[in-house]
Amino acid sequence: MSQAINMTDEIIEIEILRYRPEQDEKPFPQVFEIPYTPDLSILEALQYIKDHLDSTISFRWSCRMAICGSCGLMVNGAPKLGCKAFLRDYYPKKVKLEALANFPIERDLVVVMDDFIKKLEEVKAYLIPEVKNKPLSDGPYQQTPEQLEKYRQFSMCINCGLCYSACPQYALDNKFIGPAALTLLARYNRDGRDAGTAERMKIVNQEEGVWGCTFVGYCSVVCPKGVDPAAAIQLLKVESSKDYLIGMFKPE
Amino acid sequence: MSKRKPYTREMKSDWWLKDLFYSKYMLREGSSILITLYSLILAWGVFRLSQGEVAFNAWMEALQSPLSIILHIVALIFALYHSITWFSLAPKALDLWIKGKRVDDKIIVTGHYVAFAVISLFCLVSILI
Repeated sequence: MSQAINMTDEIIEIEILRYRPEQDEKPFPQVFEIPYTPDLSILEALQYIKDHLDSTISFRWSCRMAICGSCGLMVNGAPKLGCKAFLRDYYPKKVKLEALANFPIERDLVVVMDDFIKKLEEVKAYLIPEVKNKPLSDGPYQQTPEQLEKYRQFSMCINCGLCYSACPQYALDNKFIGPAALTLLARYNRDGRDAGTAERMKIVNQEEGVWGCTFVGYCSVVCPKGVDPAAAIQLLKVESSKDYLIGMFKPE
Repeated sequence: MSKRKPYTREMKSDWWLKDLFYSKYMLREGSSILITLYSLILAWGVFRLSQGEVAFNAWMEALQSPLSIILHIVALIFALYHSITWFSLAPKALDLWIKGKRVDDKIIVTGHYVAFAVISLFCLVSILI
């Protein structure tokens, strides 16, 4: 593959924000020049750099086809999946790469995602059935296509974290549960087989829940899977308001 | 010993100028400042009305100053910008389903513009009558 890339004469500059914790106090930019071809993705460009120019460069990747959600990074300031962004959309200008915004940098383009993972774990993202311990002989929980449609797009999340990088509210205060985790919460609340809404509304109603969102809406623009976190959160705000109003008239 | 030393990047106060999307968001939210000013001027007018005809006429006079006219035009532009951007986002906050299908975004947006036009017309007509 790399031999084929070398056939071209055109060169593109890739600037990477480097950070090596064992020797650097703070990140610094480093520019690499690589042969340009229009079908080269940002991820392939990084692999070229690692194979041919500087083997110390660190970045995450796995599937190369926008389903594992590992290769998120900032491309010219916008959060993208490295495998789904192409040099042809930037050439002949320089491409600036930086680790995903709003997360601490572990090394080079690798971020610490622990906070995001913790939030995913907090939102009870699993089916909480109404009848506990239903015997297997009763068969599966059935669902109509219409019931599926109510939450389907919110279940397409690949946990890449791009929406957290796009969210200034998360940047200002990372106690905010954030787009992907709230969307996943909405996905289960909207599932006809689930009866855990009351439990999850306690998470939703907090200041750190949906009310930490000011509807910037960039999360929905950057999502590589067409999920609409902004919509999920606004719909949860409606539910949260209803919950509050009903709670006012209902004794505990 | 671990060599881990995660680096946290600071968020600069000009973050909203770095991306057009954020700038437009700040304009949308910033429109509230001008709309607050407009509401205060209007509330002041109601207060002056309670003080009698002379006071109210003085307020009306003050509204015709160039500064006041510029302020009101800018407030109108911001109010329109806020309305248009809000209408375009409205489908995200509405979950309407008819016969098992989600109502198309376009219908929701158009509905908002129709309501906007009808209410504006009603207000204008009721002033003239």
